[in-house]
Amino acid sequence: MTRDEQLFQYVLRLGDSPLILAQRLGEWVGRGPVLEEDIAQTNVGLDLLGQARLWLSYAGEVEARFAAKGRDEDELAFLRDGGELRNLLLVEQPNGSYAETTARQFLFDTWHLLLLRALAGSSDARIAGIAAKGAKEVAYHVERSGDWVIRLGDGTEGSHARMQAAIDDLWTYTGEMFVPDAMELALVDAGIAADVRALAAPWRGHVDAVLTEATLQAPAGTFMQKGGKQGMHTEHLGHLLAEMQFLQRAYPGARW
Amino acid sequence: MSVATAAPGECAAVAAGGVHAPTQSRPSIGALWLALGAVPDPEIPAVSVVELGIVRGIEWDAADPAALTVVVTPTYSGCPATELITNSIRDALAAAGVARVRVETRLFPPWTTDWMAPEARRKLRDFGIAPPDGRHSAAAVARVDVAGISPLRRAAVAVACPRCGSLRTNLLSQFGSTACKAQYRCLDCLEPFDYFKPH
Repeated sequence: MTRDEQLFQYVLRLGDSPLILAQRLGEWVGRGPVLEEDIAQTNVGLDLLGQARLWLSYAGEVEARFAAKGRDEDELAFLRDGGELRNLLLVEQPNGSYAETTARQFLFDTWHLLLLRALAGSSDARIAGIAAKGAKEVAYHVERSGDWVIRLGDGTEGSHARMQAAIDDLWTYTGEMFVPDAMELALVDAGIAADVRALAAPWRGHVDAVLTEATLQAPAGTFMQKGGKQGMHTEHLGHLLAEMQFLQRAYPGARW
Repeated sequence: MSVATAAPGECAAVAAGGVHAPTQSRPSIGALWLALGAVPDPEIPAVSVVELGIVRGIEWDAADPAALTVVVTPTYSGCPATELITNSIRDALAAAGVARVRVETRLFPPWTTDWMAPEARRKLRDFGIAPPDGRHSAAAVARVDVAGISPLRRAAVAVACPRCGSLRTNLLSQFGSTACKAQYRCLDCLEPFDYFKPH
């Protein structure tokens, strides 16, 4: 792979996770447990969708440097199949109960903030610019999802049990966030990508602090699923794409 | 803040080419700032896009004296008002007599509420939105007080109620009617209100 081909793949990884999580959060619109939360959840999704658009637009520009034609943000979002998506397995997991949605958000937000702060120092000016802007937004996401883990964990017997079960269920999808592959490491060496191995300790520090405050336990299990960044997904992604991509698939080239 | 400049050599360009509009019919940069100052933010119409710090600069194109470049910085990555703001800017400049407008979106440095004009803060408060200058203080009432448990947590800030001025307020939700605002409640006058979050 040339450097531009690596960069294209890397920027897709950066954009696909917020894209897919934004779609999941969109499924909550009008169904939030309380009005304020419905609005908050949607606003977080909107931030993530905006960030995904910036990443995917940039990916398309990079693609144009080595391919006959670079795809635009819409083509990249709506016309790639599951195997071509590079999002983390965590973000494609179903919404489940509000505890599961909250756990997913909390585990992702914490990693996302650390990642964007690291990328703000990227030698690639576009990556640094998008990351610096996104980090300011995600700082609020981290506070909100952490607040809810604490409220639900340190809430009633029922909310505590659901919150603990949600953390236990999703824990196995957190490992791949900190495992770079050879392509990523080549970009780390070039000063372009963030070294995700360095995010593991601060991530665990924040997660443990919040879980403790929430009277929850970090799971002891160490088996971790991986593959999302390489396009190997859980069965849930296809169902999500069927809904997200329906319009562009059914009416190719449809415009608003 | 303004990068407004009269393009050097613009008279020469007109004299040499003769194809461009005469420069004397071109509005002044000052007049264009005034025109943009009348463009309201679509979600907070009490303040203009200039007062919010979204318009970072305007400049005549050196190669095309009838074309103006406007540099804008979006507030939030996903702000749905961004496209509407761009169109409103185009309309306002066209009405002010600019033939061609090029809107350049600049992400870096990222938009910050520090760019908001002091006048905008007063207008926000009058509009019922607490401006983004909450302070860390003993008066801060946190919904969940977990500041200090992790370096990724920030301390709660005391936000003055825009109606009664009380600092005894608390956070209801980190996100209000738009991503840029949080929802607070005043514990004295009991009114809920929006807080424009520092960014």
